[in-house]
Amino acid sequence: MLGDQISTDQNATDRPWLNSDAEPLIRIRGVTKKFGEFVAVNNVDLDIHQGELFCLLGGSGCGKTTLLRMLAGFEVPTSGQILIDGNDMSDVPPYERPTNMMFQNYALFPHMSVEKNIAFGLQQDKLPKDEIEDRIHAILKLVELQDYKKRKPQQLSGGQRQRVALARALVKEPKLLLLDEPLGALDKKLREQTQFELANIQDQVGITFVVVTHDQEEAMTLSTRIAVMDKGEFIQIGSPTEIYEFPENRFVADFIGSANILEGQIVEDSADHVQVLTDIGELNIEHSQPVQKGAQVWVALRPEKIHLSAEAPSEPQPNQSKGIVEDIGYLGNSSIYKIRLESGRIIDVTAPNQIRPKSRSHGITWEDTVYLTWDPSSVMLLNK
Amino acid sequence: MSMETLPKQSGLIPDGIVSRILRQLQSGWRSIVIAVPFVWLFLFFLAPFFIVAKISLAELAISSPPFSKMIEWTDGTIMTIRVVFDNFAYIFDDPLYARTYINSLKISIISTFFCLLIGYPMAYGIVRSGPVAKRLLLFSIILPFWTSFLLRVYAWMGLLADQGTINGFLISMGIIDEPIRMLYTEFAVYIGIVYTYLPFMILPLYANMEKLDATLNEAAADLGSGPINTFFKITLPLTMPGIIAGSLLVFIPATGEYVIPDLLGGGNVQMIGRLLYNEFARNIDWPVACAVAIVLLMLLVLPMAIYQHYQGKASEGVTGE
Repeated sequence: MLGDQISTDQNATDRPWLNSDAEPLIRIRGVTKKFGEFVAVNNVDLDIHQGELFCLLGGSGCGKTTLLRMLAGFEVPTSGQILIDGNDMSDVPPYERPTNMMFQNYALFPHMSVEKNIAFGLQQDKLPKDEIEDRIHAILKLVELQDYKKRKPQQLSGGQRQRVALARALVKEPKLLLLDEPLGALDKKLREQTQFELANIQDQVGITFVVVTHDQEEAMTLSTRIAVMDKGEFIQIGSPTEIYEFPENRFVADFIGSANILEGQIVEDSADHVQVLTDIGELNIEHSQPVQKGAQVWVALRPEKIHLSAEAPSEPQPNQSKGIVEDIGYLGNSSIYKIRLESGRIIDVTAPNQIRPKSRSHGITWEDTVYLTWDPSSVMLLNK
Repeated sequence: MSMETLPKQSGLIPDGIVSRILRQLQSGWRSIVIAVPFVWLFLFFLAPFFIVAKISLAELAISSPPFSKMIEWTDGTIMTIRVVFDNFAYIFDDPLYARTYINSLKISIISTFFCLLIGYPMAYGIVRSGPVAKRLLLFSIILPFWTSFLLRVYAWMGLLADQGTINGFLISMGIIDEPIRMLYTEFAVYIGIVYTYLPFMILPLYANMEKLDATLNEAAADLGSGPINTFFKITLPLTMPGIIAGSLLVFIPATGEYVIPDLLGGGNVQMIGRLLYNEFARNIDWPVACAVAIVLLMLLVLPMAIYQHYQGKASEGVTGE
């Protein structure tokens, strides 16, 4: 495809969206979808490139599924345009689009065996019998279901059905595979395992995936890029690291992972850092973008980026605070501490339980006085 | 009854005995619950069936009831059992009966086909409509049952008659000069049967389609199947149980239908129900009437058995290996 020819530069092939010359596989231009008065998708623009594993992430009713269904052709945009591989999809019915979808409930045909379910799409393309058989064989091998091809969907476990659904959509080798909550119906353990399998399969077949999910962990592990959606609009689009470490606003900072979000005022602006006055004191934040002194800003601090100690730091730190442990949530591998600071504000801190305690009690417990320190580079300055 | 509510026995009676008695009581209740429909079926289906079968093997006699006894006692000691197959031989000999059976089956099959043709899209439409419209449409399917069946057939007589509503309307519009003969034709019988039995087609189809997952259609479209192909490959096979159930509910009673061919067909449409009535009430030949009924039953049991076989196979496919 085009993406392969343009550049041998590692950066560009890995992250095609950074290459401004690359022709995107999907172009969404000013797409709006209204259901009566309700605006499900509000004037969105998006480019998705060949080979990406793109996630639409958001809560229920944010418009992510509607957008996916518009790509598949099950919904018609109220206004705007969708181009796939340069072709306008406005008047193309679902059965003529170069896309395939994996449905949330899998939508396997209950009266057909695994084999026939997978063959259905190929038969529509009027492929020769031999080729259909070869391709079914290959795809069943990929999803490791060779021994189950005569079974009916009812005779399979949830995980097996999920793989049949994936195989049925993949076997047609679409330009674009759409996945609606692909792991939603699986239990936690299986989901974690399948996340990596899915990413591996995508890597093997090289087909562009667009995944809809409400599960941020799923989005983080799977995607090359994530679009965070709310109320029918994109709030931020970026790689998992960008979304997590460099959220552009409070919504993203709060929605992805957890964050202590504080309101503050800029009191000092230097070349490489700013001082922000918040209700937990003055914070030193590494920041190179110019800001206006006196401006109202929001800062976010991830719980795992705060260092927790029972002893006061030996020398003064640029960012430090003191508080009392109000509550502890023990998760096994880590613990969540709710620390009440002197100002009365409660700050969440997570700390890994790296050392197995000698007794049944923990190092830091309820009502202990603790000291919090964090690096100036860990604090995120938000505009909105 | 739950075990936990019983006080714990200690000492005198071991726990094992208590729970065994309880289990027996429970299984006793189970047999009673199952027995009720069995007794019902025995009293009101199996027993009458054997009486009819018995009469069909008797001879016409001038007595009350008007047939010969199967078991007779001579001098109170010698028992004679008389079984005659003349009635069946008579039915198979006289071509009138064969013709009427075939005509009944023909009318019934064609009516069932038209019920399906009309009922299928109706059921589909009801399933696909909004919640308020759905309730309203279902209600209007059931609504005709609130009026007497006989009254509704008489209404059709009024509509179809030479001086009836339809002919009157067509003449007044100037479309025709002379009334079209509709009443007392096979056409009128078809109208009557399709009209009467349509709800019995729609309701099982509706129940079947309601369970159908709408995303299956989307999945088929997504895999490149156009609407017509999707209907024949996905929707039709999955609604087959509803089609079979609805068709049997129409076909079986329609074959033995008496009122509709009598009122709307007049003397021109011979159906087995009318013939049976004539033997029974006019000729007072109970044995022949019973033989007619037994042959009809056999004709109808056959498709039923085929259906059962089909159902068994279908459920095997779902649960078995």
